[in-house]
Amino acid sequence: MKSFRSRFLTNPRVVVGLVWLALVLLMAVFADVLAPRDPFAIVGAPFGQPAGQFLLGTDSLGRDVLAGLIHGSRTTLLIAVLATLAAVAFGTAVGALAGYFGGWVDDLLMRLTEFFQTIPSFLFAIVLIAVLSPSATNLVIAIAVVSWPPIARVVRGEVLSVKSREFVQAAVVAGQRDLAILVTQVLPNTLSPLIVTGSLLVATAILVESALSFLGLGAPNQMSWGFMVGAGRSFLRDAWWLVTMPGVVILVTVLSINLVGEGLNDALNPRLADL
Amino acid sequence: MGAYILRRLLQTLPVVLMVVIVNFLLLQLAPGDLATVLAGEAGGAPKEYIDALRARFGQDKPVYVQLLSYLGNLLTLDLGYSFRQSAPVLDLILARMGPTLLLMGTTLVVSLGVGVGMGVLAALWVRTWKDHVISVAAVVFYAMPLFWVGLMLVLFFSIKLAWFPTSGMEDVVAFNEGWARVKDIAHHLVLPTLTLSLFYVALYARLMRASMLEQRGLDYVTTARAKGLTHAQITTRHVFRNALLPVVTMAGVQFGALLGGSVVVEAVFAWPGLGQLAYQSLFARDYNLLLGIFFMSAVLVVLINLLVDVVYVALDPRIRMG
Repeated sequence: MKSFRSRFLTNPRVVVGLVWLALVLLMAVFADVLAPRDPFAIVGAPFGQPAGQFLLGTDSLGRDVLAGLIHGSRTTLLIAVLATLAAVAFGTAVGALAGYFGGWVDDLLMRLTEFFQTIPSFLFAIVLIAVLSPSATNLVIAIAVVSWPPIARVVRGEVLSVKSREFVQAAVVAGQRDLAILVTQVLPNTLSPLIVTGSLLVATAILVESALSFLGLGAPNQMSWGFMVGAGRSFLRDAWWLVTMPGVVILVTVLSINLVGEGLNDALNPRLADL
Repeated sequence: MGAYILRRLLQTLPVVLMVVIVNFLLLQLAPGDLATVLAGEAGGAPKEYIDALRARFGQDKPVYVQLLSYLGNLLTLDLGYSFRQSAPVLDLILARMGPTLLLMGTTLVVSLGVGVGMGVLAALWVRTWKDHVISVAAVVFYAMPLFWVGLMLVLFFSIKLAWFPTSGMEDVVAFNEGWARVKDIAHHLVLPTLTLSLFYVALYARLMRASMLEQRGLDYVTTARAKGLTHAQITTRHVFRNALLPVVTMAGVQFGALLGGSVVVEAVFAWPGLGQLAYQSLFARDYNLLLGIFFMSAVLVVLINLLVDVVYVALDPRIRMG
């Protein structure tokens, strides 16, 4: 059987995805170098055509679209990644406790998970933002609150299957405490499905963040891709690029994350790769 | 069957109760209570007047008393009053329910039909270029932001080609009646349905393909082949029917997400449904209305899940054993 690295990196879909993600990451990290001016600054005539004075044209106020995209990548990625990390942390805690302790703890935590899976999650995110007021922190909170349940389920399932294995029983006999067993013995073995689910969650988080920003619930005074689409929609008839460009960037980024996530899944579970 | 439905109905009660409690907590968190909002609208008011208002709304009572009365109100479907729209919240919601259910219904039919069809074809053509085309299309549809798809469709089909209207549910000034009105609404329905469907088409196509391939390798297919059934018979009578089950389950689970998606689609197409009402209440800071919509949506999702479960038990006798 081939090594993980060769299975992962010889997959052309993964390579395409990784290249684009590396680009976006570079854009986000070096935004201030690539586009030194404030993305809200007016730099030229309004509605400049793409490939004119500015590569991707200007918007209704004469702001550079490319600079907006570059700075938007920072906002969107940061919020999506932080929200995913928060969701993974919380979901792992809930799933691990439920799976390890079983009984009423499991019942209670799984009821909670089911509840969050039942309620219309996007609507819940909107309600949360509306009540908490739009800000980057509150976006992270709202996205994390609606996206942890799948993580909890995955971790719980893995913990259930790992917990009865011999090395865990050996740790119990050796006198390790519950928490230590959970953290040092059980959880490291749940890592591979967690990585796959977590990486796919970043894609969902980007979609939710852009949709919220599109609706005008994004972080105020920060350029983001969804906000750009929302701001450009009134000028769809005259300036197609204002809506098209940020949307394409969102699409390709989400697509890349999905491709890499699925590549990870195939490489980590080679027996399932054919399905 | 009756006992089963009753048992499932009882199981939904905690969920509804939780929604009520979450709603109550959010209302407490919301900036400014009703009294200060009303006083603000009137252009300021003395403190005594605000206190009197609070007393009238029961907001001077302890929190648990307020929670109980809120609970009682919601369970009798008294969702409060929207002072922005000057109408009871329930009436506003019921008036907007129809267009949303229409949009969701057509989306469900289109996405299931097209998605399952694409999945079956991809499975039949597995590992050929046709399969790859379908799979790539599914992967791309799966990654598209809804609001952007809607705007792109408007750009091509409404602005460039002028085939479909850009927004709304019907041509109000045309005063269409009868079949002309149905036709008009159907015409307005095409782009919103397409927008909301694409993601689910991708989801169901991928699921159906995987499910078909999985079923095709099972023992009962070998048995069917051994007793001399043709390939077409095996596919349509055995593999297809069994492969459909996970897709139906998924369609039931996705109902809540569909409702969330329709908020975005309704905002793009000015579709006069619940989503647009939520969008409006958001910017009017009409928390009573917004939380009322959230409550009714959650109840709707719970009821639909219940319905799917019951249909499922009726369709698949094996589940009744469990």
